[in-house]
Amino acid sequence: MTEPTAPGAKEVWITGIGIVSSLGEGLDAHWDALNQKRINVDDKRFAPYIVHPLAPVSFDAQIPKKGDQRQMEAWQRIGTYAAGLALDSAGVKGNQEILGRMDMIVAAGGGERDIAVDLAIMNADAKGNSSPAFLNERLMNDLRPTLFLAQLSNLLAGNIAIVHGVSGTSRTFMGEEAASIDAARIALARIESGQSEIALVGAAHNGERPDLLILYEFGDFNLTEKYAPVWQRDDKGGFALGSAGCFLVMESREHAEARGAKPYARLTKVVADLAQRKQAGAVTKSLEALWPKLGVTGDTGNLITGATGVGPVTSEEKEFLRQHPGFAVRATGTMFGHTLETQFPLGLALAALSLSRGALFPPNDPTGLEVEKPGVPDQIVVLGAGHWQGEGMALVEAIK
Amino acid sequence: MRRSIDGGNMSAPRDKFGRPIVVVTGMGVVTSLGAGKKDNWTRLTAGESGIRTVTRFPIDGLKSTMAGTVDFVSVDPVSSTGLTEQLAKLATEEALEQAAIGGKADFPGPLFLAVAPVEVEWPQRLELGRAIGKTDFGYEDMLRVSGGGRFSAFHHRFMFGSVASHLAETYGTKGSPISLSTACASGATAIQLGVEAIRRGDADAALCVATDGSVNPEALVRFSLLSALSTQNDPPQAASKPFSKNRDGFVMAEGAGAMVLESYESAMARGARILGVVAGCGELTDSFHRTRSSPDGKPIIGCMRKTLADAGLEPEQIDHINAHGTATPENDKMEYNTTAVVFGDHLPKIPVSSNKSMVGHTISAAGAVEAVFSLLTLEHQRIPPTINYEVPDPAILFDVVANQARDARVTAVMSNSFGFGGQNASLILTREPA
Repeated sequence: MTEPTAPGAKEVWITGIGIVSSLGEGLDAHWDALNQKRINVDDKRFAPYIVHPLAPVSFDAQIPKKGDQRQMEAWQRIGTYAAGLALDSAGVKGNQEILGRMDMIVAAGGGERDIAVDLAIMNADAKGNSSPAFLNERLMNDLRPTLFLAQLSNLLAGNIAIVHGVSGTSRTFMGEEAASIDAARIALARIESGQSEIALVGAAHNGERPDLLILYEFGDFNLTEKYAPVWQRDDKGGFALGSAGCFLVMESREHAEARGAKPYARLTKVVADLAQRKQAGAVTKSLEALWPKLGVTGDTGNLITGATGVGPVTSEEKEFLRQHPGFAVRATGTMFGHTLETQFPLGLALAALSLSRGALFPPNDPTGLEVEKPGVPDQIVVLGAGHWQGEGMALVEAIK
Repeated sequence: MRRSIDGGNMSAPRDKFGRPIVVVTGMGVVTSLGAGKKDNWTRLTAGESGIRTVTRFPIDGLKSTMAGTVDFVSVDPVSSTGLTEQLAKLATEEALEQAAIGGKADFPGPLFLAVAPVEVEWPQRLELGRAIGKTDFGYEDMLRVSGGGRFSAFHHRFMFGSVASHLAETYGTKGSPISLSTACASGATAIQLGVEAIRRGDADAALCVATDGSVNPEALVRFSLLSALSTQNDPPQAASKPFSKNRDGFVMAEGAGAMVLESYESAMARGARILGVVAGCGELTDSFHRTRSSPDGKPIIGCMRKTLADAGLEPEQIDHINAHGTATPENDKMEYNTTAVVFGDHLPKIPVSSNKSMVGHTISAAGAVEAVFSLLTLEHQRIPPTINYEVPDPAILFDVVANQARDARVTAVMSNSFGFGGQNASLILTREPA
């Protein structure tokens, strides 16, 4: 579906990055952690399942009102926090003139359950002592009224509007990993065409949720027993859920220059597709079809992937990577775990960060698939292939 | 960015801003009133209500016991997400048949789907609980029985992207399908995304669908706990009272709306019948509160003004408003106050109506369902009534189309949608390209 970039298309810069994850918060902390090859996993709390827990964060720093924090569940706090970091990084925090017309596309899942309420109802049902009215009565009496708002997908965007004042357009895309690929794709298309000047794009994920572990366990997607880097997971594979929030400020070059903003990198292209994964090799084929649309200039380069580590998608992605042996690969899943909607923005953020620091961060992979890449990168490809559907790529370039 | 075709001899049909004109060439709708435009229009203009007492599940202990459920469609296994998908398919098939575009399972453009957030539902959760084989269990016990393939269908069903994925496969839409939620404005947002894609030249056609089949116990309870629902359960048909003094909340409902959007140029080139024009879209976020509008109404006022500006129209050129009109005390008052600011002296000349008085609030689908009804209003030059309008609210001075349909000259309709999370979106629909 992606057309060649239209004549007269505006150049789009990434001028703000906000990250909070299991490795900490902010750009310096992440750059240091990546260079030190730090990994933060918890294999006890949900044993035998493994998660990458959120690093300690003082939410007050970006969400000053306790009342606001109480109205949110963890995924919304993580996202609202990361959005604040991105706005700070872009130098637009508190600038009501810009925030009032800033467009927002959030990729979101849904909110936490009240686990105690769920368990009480399920146990009563399993004991056979639930009357027809039982479910209604328990829900009416036990659900907190405000929990609904912490569950609604579009209320992460709602909270970002309330806490930070981002109040141009507000759109929430859903659909796991693909949602954020499309969020970046649509935001880029809107700015390139002049439909938007500046946008906040990102996602948040709380990986420390038993209800999510159950949801992914239905499909046998969870990594259990022992942590392993993404490329070292066996054929069955699996992902370790990670907690992270990541937001980017994107704007037209003219808009950035007019306000004297310094760019991290240029977002040149985002392409996406949805292969019906009914036959082996469908993902490899889908990625191969997207590749020529990206505009990568050579046979060598850098690639940051959100590879989940689950089969068969990750082996099919490996097959694709084997066709492009000149590209130095980094899998964010090894360090951050799988953060679903957040994985693609995280890849974009780390690409922009690497380009702005003039180096690709080191490999973190005992299998040798990831190799050292000395030198100053000028292009980084970001790749996302969802655990069950959705494929996409972006090209992020250095601004010299 | 005005581009010419045929070597510059002829200009493509563009709006006054030089953008491709976006037309509608196919529409489909399902509500509690029935499946299809014909049944819906007949019953809508007859002032019939689709609201009834819920029979799908026990209503004991609930404060609100009525809804606009679509009971003539059932899915097995039972789930709101499954019903949501089925309603979307019914509306989409009607729209595609009318548009007669592309081949079978080969729609020549992207899909934008407004859909309610998806989560594991109670029938499935209880099924899992019963599979554990003991009592006094915890989440660890649930996890122990969740894997191994026994419940793999639950994974696919309860992924947020599942409905869009199935629609994309069935109808052969191109590229990555987008599922979106802007709460009660979702249907309008889906249309807006389609309009933007065509205006950018990214696509010549877009399939915009909005669907909601989520009347289930927990959804009713959640809205009930926020005091958003009417509790005037008896008789259920009289519960939804937009603009009335004795209104007390909205009535949950199900439905779907689908639209095939095309560039005017592309529609003309294939000789398609043009049903109407999406002349303008606008959106402005309210950052005041999670469920309440800013007391000064500025975001809603700004949203309507942006929409007028996007359509290149003056307030005086709007001759009907298809209101959001949920019948909550707050919405209807706020909608009147803000509309009065935008339309000023012209407001008394604009007949206003709320379809929700008859079909209830179809939540994620409402923006698209009401856009379809707005285009049918333009086609038939007849405005569906706001029923249950017996005790006018003296603070709401709209010219409400009260209780009976009204014939009127209608050339441009504004359709409004406002949602939780500060979501405001408006559309302007016209009969002919300007």
